[in-house]
Amino acid sequence: MREKKIYVLAILGTILMVATMYDILVVMPDEAQQGAIGKMLLVHVPAAFAAFTFYGVAVWNSIKFLIKKDFHADSLAVSNIEVAQVFTLINLVTGSLWGHIIWGIWWTWDFRLTSQFMCFMLYLGYLLMRPAVADATQRATMSAILAILAVADIPLVFFAIRLRDARMQHPSPVLETGKMDPSWWTPFLLMWLVYLLIGGALIMLRLRQETVRREMDSLRRELHAM
Amino acid sequence: MKRDLLAALFIARKDLRTEFRTKEALNAAVSFALVVLVLFSFAFDLERSELYDISGGLLWIIYLFAGSLIVNRSFTREVPNDCLDVLVASPVPAWALFLGKAISSFTLLMVVELVSLPFYGLFNNIIWMKTFWPHFCLMLLATWGITVTGVAFSAVTVNVRLRELMLPVLHYPLLIPLLIGAMEMSTALLRGDAVDNGPNLRLIVVFDAIFTSLSLYLIEFILVT
Amino acid sequence: MNAIAADRVWKYFGDYPALRGATFEAAPGACVALLGRNGAGKTTLLRIIANLSKPTRGEVTIFGEPAGGKTRERIGYLGHGIGVYDDLSAIENLTLFGQLMHVANPAAAAGAALERVGLGRVREGFAREFSRGMRQRLAIARAFLHNPEVLLLDEPFTSLDDRAIGVLHDLLRDALKNGATIVMSTHQIREAMELATQVALLERGRIVHSGPRTVEMLADPGWLYRKYEEKPQ
Repeated sequence: MREKKIYVLAILGTILMVATMYDILVVMPDEAQQGAIGKMLLVHVPAAFAAFTFYGVAVWNSIKFLIKKDFHADSLAVSNIEVAQVFTLINLVTGSLWGHIIWGIWWTWDFRLTSQFMCFMLYLGYLLMRPAVADATQRATMSAILAILAVADIPLVFFAIRLRDARMQHPSPVLETGKMDPSWWTPFLLMWLVYLLIGGALIMLRLRQETVRREMDSLRRELHAM
Repeated sequence: MKRDLLAALFIARKDLRTEFRTKEALNAAVSFALVVLVLFSFAFDLERSELYDISGGLLWIIYLFAGSLIVNRSFTREVPNDCLDVLVASPVPAWALFLGKAISSFTLLMVVELVSLPFYGLFNNIIWMKTFWPHFCLMLLATWGITVTGVAFSAVTVNVRLRELMLPVLHYPLLIPLLIGAMEMSTALLRGDAVDNGPNLRLIVVFDAIFTSLSLYLIEFILVT
Repeated sequence: MNAIAADRVWKYFGDYPALRGATFEAAPGACVALLGRNGAGKTTLLRIIANLSKPTRGEVTIFGEPAGGKTRERIGYLGHGIGVYDDLSAIENLTLFGQLMHVANPAAAAGAALERVGLGRVREGFAREFSRGMRQRLAIARAFLHNPEVLLLDEPFTSLDDRAIGVLHDLLRDALKNGATIVMSTHQIREAMELATQVALLERGRIVHSGPRTVEMLADPGWLYRKYEEKPQ
């Protein structure tokens, strides 16, 4: 039953992605200042939005675990974080490529890129820590705490660097916009939906793996107790 | 409430007493700070004025590395003989236990920082005495942020394998906003810049407030699973 | 009112239930020997009563109040570890714990406790210098320091030397005379049976037997295990 859902999401996501990419690459006119590559924004930013969505779901489930001790919530949290990391990576890599093509630099420590990178680092720590704890309850509790602390830090990172950029006049090449051409909103939101669908399928896949692993752990423990 | 605060102080006093008896962590931390100082002096060959430009960054990296040695131990020192169990089972509430540990770690960190500061000034020919008191206030605020987050992580990772390796991976990224504020403000103070340090100070205070309250609230979940 | 009441306590570690609806009661003044094989859940149950762990389902009450909060003052816990600091002296250790357990005059109480366990002469000695038996006695002193009404002991007789066993026996007997309630998990069935007024058997997370200690159990301590061996799950 769940398999069907995964397939449906994946197929829907793929179809929509093909349609949207076609629209972006072929149908839409080139961006005024940056040429064709300006459309990278439509791949780069929705990835960040998708990542934030999944981080948000993960943090919500982390809080739920702390309150209710529901291990399904813990499995959901780790699945969402793993997939969110993938989208953060997509965001970072496309951002870097874009920066290189337009401005000749691979990286800059402006507040957006840096915040994304820090987000990646913080949750990377989360993912690294999990295998290092043997007991499932302790692992889930620790993960939940880490997820909450990380999410509290992100806005601080954002503002800290933004303040510093303002003072130091750092080059902030990527996205001086915020003024996106209104006709771009549809493909933008569609790309976000694409990412959500594909991400959703991946999460369900990962969730199934987590559930099976939990069952195996408990069976193994039951066996040892005999 | 008053009794709980007193309990926190008893716990802090216990930590400080045991640490000052052996001085293991203190010696290690101060030595480490000196080693890092020396390494940096070989890493960069800068003019005196250029050194002032990186002075704040350098100082807080040294403090961070040395401080980790102390802050990481904070809850692990309760693990031998299962003392942590006894503390958690006692009437002392989890937040008071955390506060006691944070106070003792904070005190030890400040000692390490104050001892390292003259050496830092000496080896880099940086004059720090002129702006000592404002700098000292900065050190108090920023060190509290490092302490409170570090002690929280120490509690969370008490049972984790390879915790010494993991802790920096978790702790340092989290501290970025605090470090940005502290490093900039230190540089400004040491260089004698006439800038408004208000925004940086506010950043540090907000960081401290958020993570102190989060830690005090979450510690119960960490210790009683 | 029962001194300790565990009502259908479940405890999951991940998806594995270490306790499956464990229910038992201890009247005030009872001495309960908690038996069970390794992995049966004895330590888990004791830790939940001591409020070191929260049950996934079910409830534990101490004198009618939920475990935790005020009840912690009335509980003394002796787990697997001795629970004293190696780098503090014996008197410093006990004074600290006296302060944390809200004892009236911590320093005096600490001194008296040390005398009771026969460590009066080494009160200034550091815990790490003590022999194993002395460390055990120090741990016992700590658990009894605040004259708790409820004592939870996890395998207390394990690896004690003769002197320490004697000390513990006397202290337990005195505590019972003063009306304390004791729950001790143990493999040393003989010592436990002598003191016990009630016996409970924990098997795979369930209390399969809870009742008064009978003459048969005293004569043949392994009797209870054998009785439940053939029983199906």
